[in-house]
Amino acid sequence: MMESFTAVVPMLCVTVAALAVMGAEAFRARGENLPVGGLGIVGLVGAAAASVLLWDRNAVSFGVIKADNFGLFVTMVLLLVGVLTIMLSAPVVGRDGLPKGDYYALVLFSIVGMIMMATANDLLVVFIALEILSIAVYVLTGIRRDDPQAAEAAFKYFLLGAFSSAFFLYGIAFTYGLSGSTRLDRVGAYLAAQSLSDDPLILIALGLLLVGFAFKISAVPFHMWTPDAYEGAPAIVTGFMSTGVKAAAFAAFARVFLSAFEPFSGDWAPVVWLLAAATMVLGTFVGVAQSNLKRMLAYSSIAHGGYLLVGLVAANEVGKAAILFYLLAYAVTNLAAFGVIALLGAREAANDELRDYAGLWHTRPALAALMTVCMLSLGGLPPTAGFIGKWYIFSAAVGAGYYGLAIIGVLTSVVSVFFYLRVVVMMYMADGPAATSAPVETPRVALAALAAAVAVIFYLGVLPARILDLAVASVATIF
Amino acid sequence: MPETIAFYVFSAIAIGASALVIGQRNPMHSVLLLIASFGALAGLYIQLDAPFVAVAQIIIYAGAIMVLFLFVVMLLNAPQEDAAEWDRTHPLRQGVLARFGSLLALLLVVELVWALLGTSDVDRPVGEQAGAAGSVRALGKVLFTEYVFPFEATSVLILVAMVGAVVLARRESDES
Repeated sequence: MMESFTAVVPMLCVTVAALAVMGAEAFRARGENLPVGGLGIVGLVGAAAASVLLWDRNAVSFGVIKADNFGLFVTMVLLLVGVLTIMLSAPVVGRDGLPKGDYYALVLFSIVGMIMMATANDLLVVFIALEILSIAVYVLTGIRRDDPQAAEAAFKYFLLGAFSSAFFLYGIAFTYGLSGSTRLDRVGAYLAAQSLSDDPLILIALGLLLVGFAFKISAVPFHMWTPDAYEGAPAIVTGFMSTGVKAAAFAAFARVFLSAFEPFSGDWAPVVWLLAAATMVLGTFVGVAQSNLKRMLAYSSIAHGGYLLVGLVAANEVGKAAILFYLLAYAVTNLAAFGVIALLGAREAANDELRDYAGLWHTRPALAALMTVCMLSLGGLPPTAGFIGKWYIFSAAVGAGYYGLAIIGVLTSVVSVFFYLRVVVMMYMADGPAATSAPVETPRVALAALAAAVAVIFYLGVLPARILDLAVASVATIF
Repeated sequence: MPETIAFYVFSAIAIGASALVIGQRNPMHSVLLLIASFGALAGLYIQLDAPFVAVAQIIIYAGAIMVLFLFVVMLLNAPQEDAAEWDRTHPLRQGVLARFGSLLALLLVVELVWALLGTSDVDRPVGEQAGAAGSVRALGKVLFTEYVFPFEATSVLILVAMVGAVVLARRESDES
């Protein structure tokens, strides 16, 4: 039992950073302004360095945390999301009067949960990680306590989330009852040995676990909480949870279903096929009807969850690597888009209706240009990251023989371009309202974060080969 | 023989206190009676050679959860239910549909009898059956070897929950 601690070092770095933020907040003098966000960035960068050093080492700690390349790739995505979130939060926290120490501590703790979830090799640990990140995100959703809409969003998210956690836990209990272990490798070995017997209990366990994951990645029909939670939360928190939570949940989803439950793919693949198709279609077509930008992006993120599910159904080498690449592309793009929304908001008014963006090009050209890139990438137009991501997802589906899914995916992408371009048209061609026309200087830290995000979007869109090779190498070792 | 006497005493307290819980008008008395019932149950667990379950019963149920109940009752400043209301809403005076709870209780009794009838070795001393599995030593060993990481991760989970509760419950004026 005396394995090394190496595999837990990345999450340990982030945990220490979170504790440091809490300590700094507790011991600061009244009125003193500490750059606690910087502490968080130090922890995240340290964790990134640790992840780079762990690459290719397949370290396992305590038998339950497995820092293989797949987990480390997702960890790096999560750390990038964390750094961008903290940089984009800097101006927002002061403006909205959020409790600074608590805010950053909760963001960091939820990243700890996400990393744990992405590297967990044990269903029990997946559950604990899920709860860590969920509780932190519930609180972040409702952190604006003067806003009744935020309170409503947090409460809805909490109740439905707790309900889905119960499903997930019940699934774990069934799995344990069947195989006598919660470790994924032992469960997998047991199930592989029994693969011929069609025990209904296995199907029950699979179904319950599927519901738990589907809720977290907001797949239709478990998406009901998403639009309300995403609209009510502060825009930057929405950006954080629509990317980080989704990436972590998807990593665990892929690991559980493609390793331990792989022998039963004949049972779950058709169900996930249906989920993917329903998620893409509903996310896109309801998204078209939205007039609030945050709500529109909430439906868009539901649809993107559907594209990721396509990769999971295809489950060939291309598909698994495409999931990782798509997660990175989607996370950077979506977070940057929500960052722009957050920067344009004000304490009194969120300014997140579509008409608030009319004429943005004339008042804040830099933000309008950055938003345009994000919208094009979300829509999947070249030469951006979103195009390459969709390309690989759909080619994986075709390669695995799922022509129907590929066709649905392409058609919904085309429809989705309509509502992404509507934002762009609004910004460039409509006359500006008074709401966003006040000449405000964009804070430099946030602008740097957005510029970095856009650089990544173009890098992934123009020269995707290197990252794709990394993604392929990541999945080659474990599945 | 003293064991048998202790068994009947604990059982009588547990059953009597539980029965009295639903018969009180003052919610405070109900909560206190429930604590007595839990304490008696803990005594029964000790007799069954399950000291860990007994201690957990006292610490978690009789301690933490009931203190929470008491606080909630006190914070809500629950008034004594008035007699007319009490008569009207008493569970035993409700119609058939409202007796869903009674139905579930009956199901539980049936299930218990069925389980006991299916058990062949009821009269064997419990010590032999429980073995070492229920002991604190065995539990601690598993908890700190096989499950040490989930155990430590839970501490982060509890910390997050505490921070979250403080953030959401803090009074506005405390923020500087």
